[in-house]
Amino acid sequence: MCDTCGCGDPKLVPVEVHEKLLAGNDRTAAHNREHFKGRGVLALNLMGSPGAGKTAILEATARSLGSRRKLGAIAGDLETDRDAERLRTAGVPATAITTGSACHLDAEMVHKALHHFPWRELDYLFVENVGNLVCPAIYDLGQAASVVALSITEGEDKPLKYPVMFRTADLVLLTKVDLLPYLDVRVTAIEDALAHVMPRPALLRVSARTGEGLGAWVDWLEARRAAVARPVKAAAGAAP
Amino acid sequence: MHEYSLVQALVDRVEREARARNATAVHRLSVRIGALAGVEGGLFRSAYELCREGTICSGAELLIEPVEARWACSRCGRALAAGEVLTCPECDAPARLLSGDEIMLDRIEMEVP
Repeated sequence: MCDTCGCGDPKLVPVEVHEKLLAGNDRTAAHNREHFKGRGVLALNLMGSPGAGKTAILEATARSLGSRRKLGAIAGDLETDRDAERLRTAGVPATAITTGSACHLDAEMVHKALHHFPWRELDYLFVENVGNLVCPAIYDLGQAASVVALSITEGEDKPLKYPVMFRTADLVLLTKVDLLPYLDVRVTAIEDALAHVMPRPALLRVSARTGEGLGAWVDWLEARRAAVARPVKAAAGAAP
Repeated sequence: MHEYSLVQALVDRVEREARARNATAVHRLSVRIGALAGVEGGLFRSAYELCREGTICSGAELLIEPVEARWACSRCGRALAAGEVLTCPECDAPARLLSGDEIMLDRIEMEVP
């Protein structure tokens, strides 16, 4: 710290960095996003608690949309590739990312998975995140939109307790609504909670079991896709 | 516990900067963590205590500056208080987050020859 007498003491210097700790992840996410955009693939990050019904929604989506559009999925889980297996059974090509102990997917994991997965010809790529209402919210994967599955059995105040997840969501799917008659849960209370944490609250009530609300969900997806689909691909799809 | 992977990214970043400047030691790190960043300060600190062992950060103090969430109307700019509905009562436009989602490394104080 001596800078006067030339005795060779080291200097203490402040280095201004002002960089996001997730800058590396954000760069890879931007790279993924470019890939998806370039191929006209609508990528969605589907998040929610364990057991919220993420896989069931995708199975139901395959029933509603699978005959018209090419769907694919990357399913993240701590262990097993059961979700990917369920999706393949439902007719959705799917690959698993087994994270071991990581509580979320990051852009690099998705990027690596893309190398081994035929995603380029898809209309939709669903990334089913690890079941967790906290950590996945802060990792951009390169998706065009974030969807949070919230099951009505989780209670009315979840949006207030997990504001980070809902703040960044483009859509909330309120799942398992076929159970509403059996529960003391008010959907209006959930909507009110969302209005406090989500700047553009958007909620659809769905039931994978009865098919309720799936039409509106598919309409939402198709509207999003129309915005990113490449004219070339749309034209190729319409050709005889 | 994504705090561990964040701290790992922090230590990697500091080591890179220290190498580039031939630093011999790091004395202090300043980070900013927003209330809506999804990061728990206490966990971040415990993760740092574990991750810094054996790195150039082993003797470096960690300063965490918490940042409050601040919302304002995306159209008229009216500030919205914490806990309010995130739609402007004047013009019905959605609120915009002004600050509170940052996870930033601001400053590294290091010893250079």
